[in-house]
Amino acid sequence: MRNEAGRGGGGYLAGVRAGLPFALITGVVAISFGVLARSLGWGVLAPIVFSIITFSASAQFAVAAVLGAGGGVFAAVAAAALLNARFLPMGVAVAPFLKGGPLRRALEGQAVVDPSWALANRGGGRFDREFMIGATVPQFAAWVVGTVVGVLADGVVGDVERLGLDVIFPAFFLALLVVELRSGGKRAIAAAAIAAALAAALVPFAPPGVPVLAACVAALLLGLRRRSS
Amino acid sequence: MSTLWVAIVAVTLASAAIKAAGPILVGGRELPPRVNAVIALLAPALLAALVVTETFGDDDGHLVLDERALGVGVAAVALALRAPVLLAVALAALVTALARLFG
Repeated sequence: MRNEAGRGGGGYLAGVRAGLPFALITGVVAISFGVLARSLGWGVLAPIVFSIITFSASAQFAVAAVLGAGGGVFAAVAAAALLNARFLPMGVAVAPFLKGGPLRRALEGQAVVDPSWALANRGGGRFDREFMIGATVPQFAAWVVGTVVGVLADGVVGDVERLGLDVIFPAFFLALLVVELRSGGKRAIAAAAIAAALAAALVPFAPPGVPVLAACVAALLLGLRRRSS
Repeated sequence: MSTLWVAIVAVTLASAAIKAAGPILVGGRELPPRVNAVIALLAPALLAALVVTETFGDDDGHLVLDERALGVGVAAVALALRAPVLLAVALAALVTALARLFG
């Protein structure tokens, strides 16, 4: 029993370590969210509460973009929900590896964010629950602290884009993708290629979020096909 | 309550529900092999789509070829040469920043 608990702790800690580089980036993105929210006249409290209870860069930036452009609540919520719709299949994927009853599983499912989910992926549809939760902890802390810094340090922080920090996420996702492609074989390469082509084709026409969601179609098509060999 | 606070609460509920749906509906059940085959391909597919949208997509829904593509391209070369992940990512940021500085 103690051994098992010890192993679990190791999984969490290994996850925290793996999540630290992402936390750094998340913190920078959070600062820019705080600055943006302040510039939109959201005050101090609202952006910080938003980051604590929502904890989603894509959803929060979407709300800022829609409300900032004069859009209504419904448009803002729809945009955010569409952007986060990818967490639905990702949640289904990790579901068998979470613990406890429905409420606890629902809570553990909140730990699903892109980097943690990809890092905890052990191939063949398996996921490391402790590793995923551990990796999310520093990212959540950085998201909240970064938002506070951005809201309070309005105007002091340098330009994220000038420093090239906006490419850190795609570069990281590319690194995770390379690992997937090296271990996943031909089907993984085909799925990635189709998803990339679909996303590129949809960007000019579909609302934000849909191009990424279309990737699930690529996985569905190839996953349901009978293996030819 | 102001528009902003309504949006904050609604987005939080929507986001939490999206993340909770899979874990609640699937529970601890083992997924059928066919579903597992789809899930095994979700990671490469989603990651590829995220790379495309965050490298080539802009805020106005256009595909653009700018300094980001250069930076991510350099990261791709570094990764192909088996460079460590952090080095590849740092190179991407550095190249993008330099390209914007001199571009």
